[in-house]
Amino acid sequence: MDLSPIWLTLKLAGITTLLLLLIGLPFAWWLSRGRSFIKLIIEAIITMPLVLPPSVLGFYLLLAFSPQYGLGKWLHDTFDVQLVFSFPGLILASVIYGMPFMVGPVKSALQQLPASLAEASYTLGKTEWQTFRYVLLPNIKPSLLTAAVLTFAHTLGEFGVVLMIGGNIPGVTRVASIAVYDSVEKMDYASANNYSLILFSITFILVMTVFIFNKYQAKGPLA
Amino acid sequence: MIKVNIEIKLKSYHDRQLLKIKRQFAAGSITKILGPSGSGKTTLLKMIAGLASPENGTIVVDGITWFDAERKISLPPQKRHTGFVFQSYALFPNMTVQQHLEYATTDAGWIKQLVKLGQLDKFVDHKPDHLSGGQQQRLAILRALAIKPKLLLMDEPFSALDSKMKTTLIAELKPLIKQLGLTTIIVSHNLQELELFEGEVIDFEGLS
Repeated sequence: MDLSPIWLTLKLAGITTLLLLLIGLPFAWWLSRGRSFIKLIIEAIITMPLVLPPSVLGFYLLLAFSPQYGLGKWLHDTFDVQLVFSFPGLILASVIYGMPFMVGPVKSALQQLPASLAEASYTLGKTEWQTFRYVLLPNIKPSLLTAAVLTFAHTLGEFGVVLMIGGNIPGVTRVASIAVYDSVEKMDYASANNYSLILFSITFILVMTVFIFNKYQAKGPLA
Repeated sequence: MIKVNIEIKLKSYHDRQLLKIKRQFAAGSITKILGPSGSGKTTLLKMIAGLASPENGTIVVDGITWFDAERKISLPPQKRHTGFVFQSYALFPNMTVQQHLEYATTDAGWIKQLVKLGQLDKFVDHKPDHLSGGQQQRLAILRALAIKPKLLLMDEPFSALDSKMKTTLIAELKPLIKQLGLTTIIVSHNLQELELFEGEVIDFEGLS
């Protein structure tokens, strides 16, 4: 059995989760503070992957990343970077697709913290960043873990977007979900079953970890 | 000297009433503000601390303008250096007693003194969840004092203390307030609670 799709999937999910922790946390914090029309629009845009068919999102990303148009053309001409049918392209697409899974839970958790926590920190002379780092973030740990696991698990199971952007290049873009599909198409049910079982097991362990960490509180991954 | 001349819009008191406050608080004085819930007591404290902005007016402290609506000046709370005791304590659930004080100041000697004052010596490694209501309230007061403020704003600071603890804490707090030269504004809905402090009383029910 070729394990490279599994490793590639884990690599993709790991990198995507790390990137989304770096990008998504400050973003969720910004969104959680006050309301404005611009924030409303931006929030609606990053929520779209939750409701859009993955093939639709994948199609538009394919156009955007294509070396013949806009961003893709600029990246290709300026940096000689090709996003379509490449692993970096998969990462970028996964980051966009996984954004609501990271930003949503973190933003909600930040909004549920009493405003007086941040206010108390400000009166102690602390900056907004210090307040975020030392007061707010440590007090949303369960939600943070939930968001990270959700993002990771969701990336493991990506199919439509990955297929549109990456195709099925062994060792480069052939992740586990594509390998399952490919195996079924070739009537190789044994391989499809092996890949599926591994994905199922990893996801189950991740979800159980969150449940145990949150001590069966009403903060399960779907809460 | 704190000069406050502001207008506050109150949404829940007598249907969007405009509260005008024109007061001077002498340096080192203690002022007790009384009034029912929703009368603007907490809002006034927050406006002085920079956590909320008045509709109009000015707040000038020791000759420095902290807020001026017309000139669009509003000093951020970080630069006002006011000790604020929140009604809900606003303690950080992730920090122990010691960490709360270390977050506010790096002066180890001062932290030791504060812990002793609050009788929290045996609880320095406890997080708020593992402190009684009274201990939490004392920690909130100590944290506000940790930054050695010139102005101490206390919002219902003694409501969760039993009378013995209240008497003890106030007896120890009073000389400290004097020693630090703190200008203090205490808000409460209970006059009896503030009887142990000498100072001017402002009744918010009469203001409008």
